[in-house]
Amino acid sequence: MENIVLHVNDVHKSFAGLHALSDIDLSIREDETHAIIGPNGAGKSTLLNVCIGRLKPDSGSVVFDGVTLTGKKPHEINQLGVARVFQTPEVFPDLTAIDNVMVPALAKRDGAFKMSLFKRLSREKDLRVEAERVLEDLGMADQMQQVASEMSRGNKRRLELAMSLIQKPRLLLLDEPTAGMARHDTNATIDLLQKIKAGGITTVIIEHDMHVVFSLADRISVLAGGRIIAQGTPDEIKDNPKVKEAYLGEEQV
Amino acid sequence: MNQGSLFKDLMLFLVFAGVVLAAPVLLAPLGANYPDLLQKFAIFGIFAIGFNILFGLTGYLSFGHAAFLGVGSYASVWVFKLLSMNVIPAVIFSVIVSGLFAFLIGFVSLRRSGIYFSILTLAFAQMSYNLAYSVLTPITNGETGLQIRQLAPSDRAADYVLNLRDEDLRILDQAFGVVEHGIPITNLFGIKMSGYPGFYFCAVLLILAFGLSILIARSNFGMMLKAIKSNQNRLSYTGINTRPYLIAAFVISGMFAGLSGSLLAVTDPLAGAERMQWTASGEVVLMTILGGAGTLVGPVLGATLIKFFENIFSAINDNVLQGVYSFLPDGLREAAVAVSGLFVGSGWHLTLGLLFMIIVIFLPGGLMQGFELITGRFKRKAKAETPSQQSKQPAE
Repeated sequence: MENIVLHVNDVHKSFAGLHALSDIDLSIREDETHAIIGPNGAGKSTLLNVCIGRLKPDSGSVVFDGVTLTGKKPHEINQLGVARVFQTPEVFPDLTAIDNVMVPALAKRDGAFKMSLFKRLSREKDLRVEAERVLEDLGMADQMQQVASEMSRGNKRRLELAMSLIQKPRLLLLDEPTAGMARHDTNATIDLLQKIKAGGITTVIIEHDMHVVFSLADRISVLAGGRIIAQGTPDEIKDNPKVKEAYLGEEQV
Repeated sequence: MNQGSLFKDLMLFLVFAGVVLAAPVLLAPLGANYPDLLQKFAIFGIFAIGFNILFGLTGYLSFGHAAFLGVGSYASVWVFKLLSMNVIPAVIFSVIVSGLFAFLIGFVSLRRSGIYFSILTLAFAQMSYNLAYSVLTPITNGETGLQIRQLAPSDRAADYVLNLRDEDLRILDQAFGVVEHGIPITNLFGIKMSGYPGFYFCAVLLILAFGLSILIARSNFGMMLKAIKSNQNRLSYTGINTRPYLIAAFVISGMFAGLSGSLLAVTDPLAGAERMQWTASGEVVLMTILGGAGTLVGPVLGATLIKFFENIFSAINDNVLQGVYSFLPDGLREAAVAVSGLFVGSGWHLTLGLLFMIIVIFLPGGLMQGFELITGRFKRKAKAETPSQQSKQPAE
């Protein structure tokens, strides 16, 4: 548990004078599931966007595995081994489920650009077998040939998870994986994420739902007003008065 | 999206090749079996196939593809003037030059997407068009157009004191001792590129272009292009650098356009700037959408259909209409002729516009979607007759 995979150093970010993030220091350890929680507008999504290069911090740095991510392009960050699952499921709506998973598999194998005109996708047996296995693991064996745009929101989310998992990322970023889900689907997602966790994958999860956070996280960072106000194991966080005031308080009304 | 097995693709390719090669016979009942028109089908078929590689696969709508067509034509005529009347060097040179030109325009235009990309390409094409008429007159010969001339007298050619607008060099032909009487005709190692040999030359290239487009659509590269069309942002978070993929698609599609421009010069060795005008760029957009963007056969179908209707409708004049409406009483006949006259002859674009609107409104997927609907209905009927199969499908 000593290896630090992702290091966020003293990151500041403001939008037109509004301090979205201040003095953020965060270390993600190898193989842990780290949850970032906080009330709406606390800066959770901003922090995630800084981590994947979508936003450039005003100062500070994000270091992944010894490489500075700050200022890198999204595809470069992914090629380093950081995969992201979006809040609203982002898939390739015109492609079938299996093709949706084949594309990131190709990206992993062939890199950011390869002009392979003479390789037929339908003959990529190894990748196809792997893609099928990942989809089966996520319980999507029946939907492999289904076009993604015809899928339910929950299935799209699972598909996006499959797209990330096939790349065997060193760091998986999940942005509110249960947002907008019914309780039943949420529980199914928790089971799924626990299965992934058992496979040993470093995960950062941003989540609103306390139930999800406490059933998955090894450690929790609480964000409020753009600052990390508390950090620790789920038990420590539960008992932290600051957290209760900022976040849990309003939840437990 | 159907991946298509190797066997199915091969069958499609063979059937396509068969239909193209047999076109003179197949199109005879329509009266469209003369080489000049068939050549046009093939040439614009290639243009549309190339355009579809960009628009159909990546979804990037270029409104300036005619620029590459024009560049291809100019490049070919220059090769005819300077090197040889053999079409092979001309075609190769045109494809290379238009590829380079496409790289330059694509490099800049592809910094933007959506409507901004379309406008950038349109701006570049109009710029090329205007340059061809003004600053670049020494290369393009302005409004007269670039033409093939008689050979320069050998003494002046030796001194390189030439007016290349009025006299040609054809170094290779001279080196091989080709004798010319007057203005020569393009040839393929001696076979004159007029009439059916000209058509078959274009036809073979059309078949090759079609084969290449199948290859691209089914390749890993093609899958990335489809993913760009589907969700470019997601693709970059998937670890793909989308820009080189887009530039590659743009250049390939520009080279197809250059090839068709070159073939226009092969069948009629004259290059004019009007080939680069935005109406020409718009036409290939219509062809592709009419046939079915993103499908393999659609663009060729659209190109053929538009060129066929252009041929028919633009040939009809008032006299013909008078004949058609001769059964009507005098006053009524004049009115009918006046109204129909708007849609034929030089006004045939009005007909094209209507046709296009009907297709886009009722069959947004183009004619190919129409075919799919028809065959789908047959298949469903067949399925309904075997209820055991139906029960296999999920309840939804």
